Amino acid sequence: MINVQNLSKSFGKLDVLHNISVEVKKGEVVAIIGPSGSGKSTLLRCLNLLEVPTQGHVFIKGEEITAPKADTMKIRQEIGMVFQHFHLFPNMTVLENVAYAPINVKKIPKDQARQKALDLLARVGLADKADVYPSRLSGGQKQRVAIARSLAMEPEIMLFDEPTSALDPEMVKEVLEVMKSLAHTGITMAIVTHEMGFAREVADRILFLDGGRLVEDATPEEFFTQPKSERAKTFLEKML
Amino acid sequence: MNLDFSKIVPSMPFILQGIGVTLEYMLLSALFGLIWGVILSLFKISNNKILNGFAVFYTSIFRGTPLIVMLALIHFAVPQLTGYRIEPIQSGVITFALNAAAYISETIRGGIMSVDKGQREAALSLGVPYRKMMWDIILPQAIKNILPAMVNEGIALLKDTALVSTIGALDLLRRGNLVAAEKYIYFEPLLFVAVIYYAMVMILTGGAKLLERRLRRSD
Ligand SMILES: Nc1ncnc2c1ncn2[C@@H]1O[C@H](COP(=O)(O)OP(=O)(O)OP(=O)(O)O)[C@@H](O)[C@H]1O
Ligand SMILES: [Mg+2]
Repeated sequence: MINVQNLSKSFGKLDVLHNISVEVKKGEVVAIIGPSGSGKSTLLRCLNLLEVPTQGHVFIKGEEITAPKADTMKIRQEIGMVFQHFHLFPNMTVLENVAYAPINVKKIPKDQARQKALDLLARVGLADKADVYPSRLSGGQKQRVAIARSLAMEPEIMLFDEPTSALDPEMVKEVLEVMKSLAHTGITMAIVTHEMGFAREVADRILFLDGGRLVEDATPEEFFTQPKSERAKTFLEKML
Repeated sequence: MNLDFSKIVPSMPFILQGIGVTLEYMLLSALFGLIWGVILSLFKISNNKILNGFAVFYTSIFRGTPLIVMLALIHFAVPQLTGYRIEPIQSGVITFALNAAAYISETIRGGIMSVDKGQREAALSLGVPYRKMMWDIILPQAIKNILPAMVNEGIALLKDTALVSTIGALDLLRRGNLVAAEKYIYFEPLLFVAVIYYAMVMILTGGAKLLERRLRRSD
């Protein structure tokens, strides 16, 4: 589903990612963890070309998205992304947020898109908030709307960049629950997170980044019980 | 000092008709200026160096010259170059629209830059094309931020239209001047004109306040 080959990324003189190669299979859930500044967000953003890799190749469903002639817009439609700070469109109601891209990008008839949006809102437990503006929602509710908004495009891949880091502790659970239920639907997920318990429980694999390198690629069981690298050990000691 | 407004009472309808003329200049200039200003602002934020450079240079021209010089250039120089006699409404609206666009583009550019860049990323990650993203997501948010500045542009434009009295248009100011010349009294007709401008600006300001309140609905 996702195949990253020898990916490197620099911002000017700053080398952020070094020669990363990794493959994610269809339906797999991978958690990307690592210290702050290790390049987790950058790696995730290279997968939908919000950042353009400096070197290397990224393939999505066998197609090279880093090819010069690749259709960036088309690729992004198939990959949902959820951000730490939600980024809901404040000038639209919750329902409009969710239905906007299906109507305007996929050209789905309005009625159908709205119905679909209502179904998705029900799925994240927010059917009653359809007609309010995002500013009226709590952080956890905003993030659930953001997830519904991404799902409305029926992506095969969902990217999450620290979806719970900006939330008050009591709201983390409601978002993680939604993500957990999503993980069981067969959608491919890549999640940058500091929620170690969640990563351990939900992820099929853990990718551990440090200093822009992919230091470990292991099952949660292996990673959390017997990390191979010193750096992962140190990191886990701090986190747990 | 002896003021006698009764002397201009018969001329008041004549002066008041100038409101329509002034509004015509203002609204047409605002419309074209806004369209051109939005386009210029998009040039300013684009990565295309030529468009970018053009828009920046363009704004500097209107910043760097008195508007009355531009108006005279367009009204008197165009006929000399082309042999086509240009009407005041044409040269006036062209000049004011070009000028307003220079300032509006700067205001809109600032407004667009002030929109959280996460909005852009969210739109891009959904595959929303650039143009739709701008019109449906970025500009509506930018407009909220720039509404007060835009109202100031509108007020400046309204007052700038008085310059067309120098090229023969029968706007408010020119009518006031005509009455003054005819009756040999200056204070009364010109004060009357000033009060009308002031009232128009106040109405504009009040309308903008209402609009702003409506736009704030989603906060
Ligand atoms: N657009 C950018 N321009 C310049 N430097 C950047 C840019 N984006 C990220 N960086 C730098 O790249 C490095 C990796 O950033 P990244 O956001 O990928 O880290 P991260 O692992 O997600 O960290 P965190 O846990 O704090 O979110 C950091 O040093 C950051 O300052
Ligand atoms: Mg990050």
